[in-house]
Amino acid sequence: MNDILAWTSIVAVTAGVFFFVAGTVGLLRFPDAVTRLHALTKADNLGLGLVALGLMAQARSATVMLELLVVWGLVLVSGATAAQLIARGQRRGDTQP
Amino acid sequence: MSEFLLAAAGFVLLTVAVGLVRILRGPANVDRMMAAQLFGTGGVAAVLLLGAATGAAAAIDVALTLALLAAFASFAFVKAAPGGDGAPATDRDR
Amino acid sequence: MTDALNEVLNLGIAVLILVLGVWAVVARDAFAAAVGFIAFGLSLTLAWLQLRGIDVALTEAAIGGGLTGALTIFAVARLRATEAAASAERPSVPTRIIAVLVAGAVTFTLILCVLALPNPAPSLASAVMAHIESTGVGNPITAVLLAYRAMDTLLEATVLVFALIGVWSLAPDDVWGGHPGIRQHADPNGILAYAARILPPIGIVVGTYVFWVGADHPGGKFQGATIIAAMWLLVVMAGLVDTPPVSRRWVRIVAAAGPLVFIAIGLAGVPTAGAFLAYPHGYAKPLIVIIELALMPTLALVLALLVAGAPTRIAKR
Repeated sequence: MNDILAWTSIVAVTAGVFFFVAGTVGLLRFPDAVTRLHALTKADNLGLGLVALGLMAQARSATVMLELLVVWGLVLVSGATAAQLIARGQRRGDTQP
Repeated sequence: MSEFLLAAAGFVLLTVAVGLVRILRGPANVDRMMAAQLFGTGGVAAVLLLGAATGAAAAIDVALTLALLAAFASFAFVKAAPGGDGAPATDRDR
Repeated sequence: MTDALNEVLNLGIAVLILVLGVWAVVARDAFAAAVGFIAFGLSLTLAWLQLRGIDVALTEAAIGGGLTGALTIFAVARLRATEAAASAERPSVPTRIIAVLVAGAVTFTLILCVLALPNPAPSLASAVMAHIESTGVGNPITAVLLAYRAMDTLLEATVLVFALIGVWSLAPDDVWGGHPGIRQHADPNGILAYAARILPPIGIVVGTYVFWVGADHPGGKFQGATIIAAMWLLVVMAGLVDTPPVSRRWVRIVAAAGPLVFIAIGLAGVPTAGAFLAYPHGYAKPLIVIIELALMPTLALVLALLVAGAPTRIAKR
């Protein structure tokens, strides 16, 4: 059982880090502010979710698992809201060069 | 396991650092507004991984706090940037 | 292997801190500098985590990252009108040379002092832990803050209230005592209003939890109050609630209540235990809880109003 949990953690955390790297690559390479926002918000949030999942497998109590879930949920809500706000501001026309 | 988690934390930090370079250099303010998003996700992940690697149980509280405050900071960025809605504390309004 | 990884990680975090610090100073655009400053706060949080100072990491994440960050960003927004003139200033060459020399001298002196510090550093940690049962709390940080060095915490809280009075005094005469900040007009179905309905309940629970758990684990009233202040400011930014006029009586009562209770308990310690802020034997834990409960609302209100700023609108009577 412990081995399965350890392997789940390793796989999930590695996948999470991969998505973080993908998000940063998108941040560096995408041509437009809005597309960069896509990369940042979606890939990074998914990466965080996978990392949280991997750490949940290592958690010693149900409380810790719940806290990890709450952290991810909070970041999701705030990330989604902030991305929408930034994108709308961008669409309204940011007059800065 | 803790070496693996430390290495993962290091990678996530690296991506945050590289992202920061791009964001801070970004010519428009809209790029810099994304900084709070970056910490909200990357920073929280790094804190969680570091806490799990060192066995500090309270690191999750730090991650919770960081998530909430990064949310608050990102809304403040959007409000305060030029072209945003305007900071709550600018201008005089009768 | 773990040690080597730790060292590499610490080195990376140190480099990040240095680079972000330099950026915050050197950046021409004030908004970019403020964002760099907030990133600097985040990297400091990671450094504190690596140094096992979880309480300090909590405080840095809450105040350094969130609240001071928002304060700085709003200040940048206020200064936008004059930013063009400020960036166009060019100090003369002699001024720059003097600045470099002074900065270099200070840095050099600091480096010498840090390298001359005794290693291992003298520490009172063993003395703190030896007497910790008499304080009734399990977290040594809380014991130091509220039992051994309660005087410092009292002065901290009082200084915050004075700072708030200082901020209020910046109001122009015709809006004296009014509402801080411009009225936000929220779209009640908008995204920000949606977030301001979902996040604050969770934030209040988390803030209360962080406050309560501070007795025995990392946490405490300061971090909890910061989280609650941030949630209230979020609701204000979304326009769902307006900032209170600073002339309202309840604002002033809540702002003064925390330090006053603290001082009262301190004075009560003189006849009962022999010194100002001494706790009678066996009463330490309940008194500490009372002080924390009194300080929480004060700190939350004061921190939120500090970020909200000086009054800019007349209060309607």
